Amino acid sequence: MQAGGEGALLRVEGLTRTFGQGRHLVRAVDGVSFEMRAGEIACVVGESGSGKSTLAMLLLRLIPPTAGRIFFDGRDVTRLRRRAELRAYWRDVQAVFQDPFSSFNQFMTVRRVLGRTLGLEGRRLGPQERAERMAWALERVGLVPRTVLGKYAHELSGGERQRVMIARALVVRPRLLIADEPTTMVDASSRAMILNLLLDLRAEYGMAILFITHDVSLATYVSDTLLVMYRGQIVERGDVERVTAQPEHPYTRRLFADAFTFAARR
Amino acid sequence: MSELLVARRISARYGVEPDEPPVRAVDDVSLVLREGESLGIAGESGCGKSTLASVLSLNIHPPLAVTAGELEVAGRRIALDRPGWRRQAQALRGKVVALLPQGAMNVLNPTRRVGDFVYDVLQSHIPGISRKEALRRAAERFEQLSLLPRALEAYPHQLSGGMRQRVVAVVSTLLDPAILIADEPTSALDVTSQRALLKLMSGLLEQRIIRGIIFITHELALLRAVTHRVAIMYAGQVAEVGPTEAVLFQPAHPYTKALMDATIVLETGTRRQRIETIGGQPPSLVSPPPGCRFHPRCPVAMPVCSREAPPVVSVGEGRSAACWWVAERLGQTAAAAERRDGHAGGR
Amino acid sequence: MAQSKGRSRLRRALRSRRFVASVALVVAVVAFAVLGPVVYPRDPRALVSFSYDPPSREFPLGTDNFGRDELALLMHGTRTSLAIGAIAGAIAVVIGTVVGTAAGYWGGRAEELLMGVTNIVITLPSLIVLILISVALKSRSLVVMGLIIGLTSWPWTARAVRAQASSLRAREHIYVARLSGASDAAIMLQDVIPYMLSYLGMAFTLQLAGAVLAEAGLSMLGLGPSGTISLGLLLQWALLWEAVRQGIWWAFLPPVVLLTLIAFGLQLLNASLDEIYNPRLRREKQVA
Repeated sequence: MQAGGEGALLRVEGLTRTFGQGRHLVRAVDGVSFEMRAGEIACVVGESGSGKSTLAMLLLRLIPPTAGRIFFDGRDVTRLRRRAELRAYWRDVQAVFQDPFSSFNQFMTVRRVLGRTLGLEGRRLGPQERAERMAWALERVGLVPRTVLGKYAHELSGGERQRVMIARALVVRPRLLIADEPTTMVDASSRAMILNLLLDLRAEYGMAILFITHDVSLATYVSDTLLVMYRGQIVERGDVERVTAQPEHPYTRRLFADAFTFAARR
Repeated sequence: MSELLVARRISARYGVEPDEPPVRAVDDVSLVLREGESLGIAGESGCGKSTLASVLSLNIHPPLAVTAGELEVAGRRIALDRPGWRRQAQALRGKVVALLPQGAMNVLNPTRRVGDFVYDVLQSHIPGISRKEALRRAAERFEQLSLLPRALEAYPHQLSGGMRQRVVAVVSTLLDPAILIADEPTSALDVTSQRALLKLMSGLLEQRIIRGIIFITHELALLRAVTHRVAIMYAGQVAEVGPTEAVLFQPAHPYTKALMDATIVLETGTRRQRIETIGGQPPSLVSPPPGCRFHPRCPVAMPVCSREAPPVVSVGEGRSAACWWVAERLGQTAAAAERRDGHAGGR
Repeated sequence: MAQSKGRSRLRRALRSRRFVASVALVVAVVAFAVLGPVVYPRDPRALVSFSYDPPSREFPLGTDNFGRDELALLMHGTRTSLAIGAIAGAIAVVIGTVVGTAAGYWGGRAEELLMGVTNIVITLPSLIVLILISVALKSRSLVVMGLIIGLTSWPWTARAVRAQASSLRAREHIYVARLSGASDAAIMLQDVIPYMLSYLGMAFTLQLAGAVLAEAGLSMLGLGPSGTISLGLLLQWALLWEAVRQGIWWAFLPPVVLLTLIAFGLQLLNASLDEIYNPRLRREKQVA
């Protein structure tokens, strides 16, 4: 656990979430603590069932924690309850999920999906500004606003859908993006484009990104900091160069050894 | 090395409705699987690799239909576009060619023990086999592959996902098929279970339980661990075939190269290197582009690429690529065009 | 693509013999009730002949105890029964959807409370409730009958919808909607209910069939609609005036056949829709 944390964008202390009770109690997230600076890319890496997606849900305030606290920009956001407060939080913290098929409401056009999220800005934006914001976000992810705004999910390819979902998160210009396996279900063609896009967004707007993945090579490629998660706990955390070069925890070593990467050519 | 499975100029399509344009998922594909070999088939989703797996494993059911081509499975020839192939296929399916489908672990009935499943499978092919004999065979095979025979007494929920997948893989070999076709067998597993499954598959080959494996995946990194040769598919056709290391690290076809460039290669010092993106989207298999199907996205496309289908050119020992640009660089155009027909190992 | 998806679903539907047969059956019954009186314009209330005339050229299905034309009675009765069924079915589906969606989406204590109420309504012997309500109301018009049946039969839909809504709750598009600041009401309306539309259509067919049968049951007990003619009332009259005992089949068999056709047609339609929307259940399943 780190002390201080002034200037930290996100600070998490002892975050815990359990499911079930008694003998069937599962500690999905178990005393997780870490912090992130503005503009940092951190990566939570772990196998399926390690609790990394639950961690994302907790940080997004989509499910309540059992214990622990979350601070965003120095403010305790753990107990936000009122919708106005949560809406303000979601203006700063947005997310992209794994499955671009199921995260897209199939009954809505791209315009409505984006417009809905823009609703977080309330009355601050006029119609003109709203249109500009949507166009900007779509162009930023490499889509042509004129052609995609009227489309439904099934009229887009998987990669395009995922880019729309990123654009959706971008319309409110969040300061932290939580990306939960955003490239797992898209093709190699789109995967590279999405990764590069996220790196560019950080470079251009200083957007912090918390990347969640099971893919060790991907984690190493995109992140500044690695958080290795195992059975609900962060077992190792550190600068990506350090963790890849000298993994300390046995689990980290196994994770790196087992992963199928193009790390070492014969 | 003798040839265990030969696919000659296979075309297959999904004809949803008579008046709808068919999806030509596999178009004029020829491949060879040799004795004792593991062959990888790789490509992005929608490139036709899973359809090809269905055809090669003789699991051809409507709406999938084979419109042309011939298979030679362990010396037996099946013309898939002639009537009567169904009966031939029926005799080979499961016994000579076995399929390990995507999500195979879900075939286990949650209310029955693994052993019951084994008995069902064996009984349906060997009428009159006793339960004891079926379980004995399974236990023997489990031990051979260092799986605990105790798993036979377990209910599926008592086994992890990775273990279930391995169990189903082993059960699919109980009828001693010559060829195992595994379609994305690792996609739902975590890395540790992936390793274990791949080890099991290598074990099948090494112990000669299986004489050849076709391994279908979209994860290029997996191919290195388990396959000897690899075929890269694009839009229903084979773009490049050859020994795995050579194809992945010295790709001849521009598509293979683009695919590898878009893959993260971890090496010290390269971390901050940007990976390259392939522009555009894979084409629709209903109306693929004319000529070479990759030409709209190809960085080295030439005028001819959009007009004529590319020739299959040899690019070294046991390697070939279907590409005009490669042909031109090697000055093989004329020779290649001649060989285009009947070149089994290439396209 | 949406169109082609819809089109192929329609085509698949038209190829399903079950679907075609059930639609034909339902359409035939509705046509009999709606178009019948146009083709066969006779007043069902007019006393046109003697008691229990057997079928003849003039009265294809004979006459009833009061000498009324059975065929005309049957047409009007079917129309009333279907109308009561439609009103009751619509009410049951609306209430069931609201309760089930809210319970499934909210989960937790709200779900326990809502499903508790639902289960109470289910366990109350519905017939007794119907009798009490029916007795309490002096005049029971067709609309009131529909209301009574609808208000007591929604728990079935509520339970089924709750299961569906609860499985949708963890879908990513719901999380996306929440992250967009959408209210619970908006999410249920825009993100949960649209995904269940085909299912709700199927629930409606079953509720309608159930309500038509419920009307018949109530009417036979003498609690049917007043001032109208329904299939249940036809049966009640046949019982009251000894048609069954005397074996006057034309007085009781036709309404029984129509009730059976309605119930069977709608059940079959429901089953075939299930096949079309859930291809995994399709009968022409692939060989393993």
